[in-house]
Amino acid sequence: MRKTLWFMSMLIVVSLALAACGGGAPSGGGETVTVVETVIVEVTSSAPVVVAPTGFGVTLEAVKARGNLICGVNSQVPGFGYIDANGDFSGFDVDYCRALAAAIFGDASKVEFRPVTAAERFTALQSGEIDILSRNTTWSLVRDTELGGNFVHTTFYDGQGMMVPADSGITTLADLAGGTICVQTGTTTELNLADVMAAEGISYTPAVFEDADSTFAAYAENRCDAVTTDKSGLVSRRTVLADPSAHVILDVTMSREPLGPMVRHGDDQWFDIAQWTVFAMIVGEEFGITSANVDSIKTSATAPEVLRLLGNEGDMGLKLGLDNDWAYNIIKLVGNYEEVYNRNLGPDTPTYIPRGLNSLYTDGGLLYAPPVR
Amino acid sequence: MTQSNTILPPLTERSGVIRWLRKNLFGSWLDAILTIVGAFIIYWIVKELWTWVFTVAEWQVVATNLRLFMVGQYPLEQVWRLWIALAFIMFLTGNSLGIWARKSYFATILLLAFPVLLTLFPFGDEPRKWLIILTIVGVIGWGIGRTASEKLSRIVIIGWIISLPIFILLTRGFSPEDGIMPIVGTNLWGGLLLTFLLTVVGIIFSFPLGVLLALGRRSELPVIRLASVLYIELVRGVPLITVFFMAQLMLPLFLPPNITIDRVLRAMVAVTLFSAAYLAENVRGGLQAIPKGQFEAAHALGLNGLQTMYFIILPQALRLIIPILVGQFIAVFKDTALVAIVGLFDLVGIAKTVLAQPDFLGLQREVYVFISLIYWVLSYGMSYLSQQLEVKLGVGKR
Repeated sequence: MRKTLWFMSMLIVVSLALAACGGGAPSGGGETVTVVETVIVEVTSSAPVVVAPTGFGVTLEAVKARGNLICGVNSQVPGFGYIDANGDFSGFDVDYCRALAAAIFGDASKVEFRPVTAAERFTALQSGEIDILSRNTTWSLVRDTELGGNFVHTTFYDGQGMMVPADSGITTLADLAGGTICVQTGTTTELNLADVMAAEGISYTPAVFEDADSTFAAYAENRCDAVTTDKSGLVSRRTVLADPSAHVILDVTMSREPLGPMVRHGDDQWFDIAQWTVFAMIVGEEFGITSANVDSIKTSATAPEVLRLLGNEGDMGLKLGLDNDWAYNIIKLVGNYEEVYNRNLGPDTPTYIPRGLNSLYTDGGLLYAPPVR
Repeated sequence: MTQSNTILPPLTERSGVIRWLRKNLFGSWLDAILTIVGAFIIYWIVKELWTWVFTVAEWQVVATNLRLFMVGQYPLEQVWRLWIALAFIMFLTGNSLGIWARKSYFATILLLAFPVLLTLFPFGDEPRKWLIILTIVGVIGWGIGRTASEKLSRIVIIGWIISLPIFILLTRGFSPEDGIMPIVGTNLWGGLLLTFLLTVVGIIFSFPLGVLLALGRRSELPVIRLASVLYIELVRGVPLITVFFMAQLMLPLFLPPNITIDRVLRAMVAVTLFSAAYLAENVRGGLQAIPKGQFEAAHALGLNGLQTMYFIILPQALRLIIPILVGQFIAVFKDTALVAIVGLFDLVGIAKTVLAQPDFLGLQREVYVFISLIYWVLSYGMSYLSQQLEVKLGVGKR
């Protein structure tokens, strides 16, 4: 009996020690972060919150010392963030993280994806568990100020959309005149719908429901001609319909839902890097530079802005605190905006969302990057 | 039969198919109607289920993502380590069955043949090979166990005690990147592997803690008693999900900025601390069922307080509460599913992310039926084994 007791205690001790070892960070650990200052900020509830060390250049230094980027992503949104059958993260927001890693390390795989839920995403960013949040987060005033983050740039202009059966022949809002539209009551969705339809002078009958499930159930039972909610929401809801391909999302947008990556307050250099990663992808699309032709363009290009972007001329990368071929790496290893969009949300994917506002300004969209000079 | 002492039941209660049917299913007109309606409902359910499972359901989603369900993002080229760990446990299982359960043939065959049964499913060649190896290892262990001496049983006990540390060591690895067992970060642990580890760690560590808390609550020292009561009531007063939220969201805010505690470790600690509070009350129930005479007899023998507890009271108390303990352990197993809400990829978490794969959109039924089946098989397995243990220990008969 005495022996058993001894073994039991040994088990506990050994297991505890192992569990503690298991707790170590997998590669390098986060201990190398130099603590510059601890900022106390006031959150809505006025509770003091300890924020991870911030200050010009601190984040980049920490990321480089660690050897990888920790990116907070979603793992449950088709097209934007999920784990594929090989166990790798995929999606539109995920590819942005890869682009950022490519810009910093010249290696798109040097990124650790940390799945964060809607509830913990801002805490994770504030406490320094993640370096950047890239998780279909809507840019709003409160989040930009009180939650201690800065939105880098809008990478996806979401907005309220409209879904109709593919065989209905409806292609514009005007085609819905006199029809019935399923909508959830008590939401901004309902108000937006009323505003937009009134502005365009289209008469319709709203069929209102208490929650999203019953709204889409009613649509599935053909009790209305169309259903409306945010476009990315329509995409994921469409997937659970009996025949997803029998429904199309119209190319109209009825409200503003700008989604984009977010960084902590206080490190302007990191903000710049994150922002210019987005810009590089947009400029890449504008000049037709793709992962396939970037090598030949780099050797044959004559346009001054392309030369500056790809690091042939000037020292744009150095100004950001990166290598001069930062943008070359982004486009070579991950792709320009169009490539990333089409890979995840393009017409050949089950999660197809028409580009709409997410087109270049030259095509009537909102994508517009400052000049690289 | 000449010596038979069995008392035959009255003629009306003797067996016979028709007699049994008349007695149980068609005793009266009402019974007959209920039987027919019931049979029809069962037929309908089975038929619909059969049609769905074999013609409608698209099991491709499970087959393609099987690795995710089992081990999450654990690197494929390192999965052999987990098989080795499983083989070690299988060997111990075979050994133990050979030593302690020589008469439970059914349980033995079921447990040892289980991996081979799994090869009937479309698992691919590599897992099949390993599953067959598991059964072979189990049978070898059983063979050794049957011929075992007293000495071997002691070694097997040590084996069980070091099995969890070995499992964790193999899962995590210890060598640098290019070594034989490179370290696999806990952020890559997922699926059934994570559920299993959370459960086992939760059970093993909460048990001693729960016993200590139960003893503390009955202690005559006011400080210890008060601390135990406070802990138990505080933890039992909050839902598990809030404990997870505290561990995953609040803790990082309170910690100094450059200190991070592993997320999986945080979840393990949360499960352990939570489960311990409930276990403490279960154990206390067992302690209260021990008559006062047992304490007095122990004192009369000259045993001190610790010895009384260890040799007299706890063995009886714990034997009494086996059904409750197993219930608690099954609850821990299923409660770990809550970590999916705080962003860990346990079985439920991985199911949610598999459902977001564009190739398999809208297959909720297939995925959730599959993981429910895993939960059921393992929960029932625990329940079955505990019943065997109860029979062996004679609980409810003495």
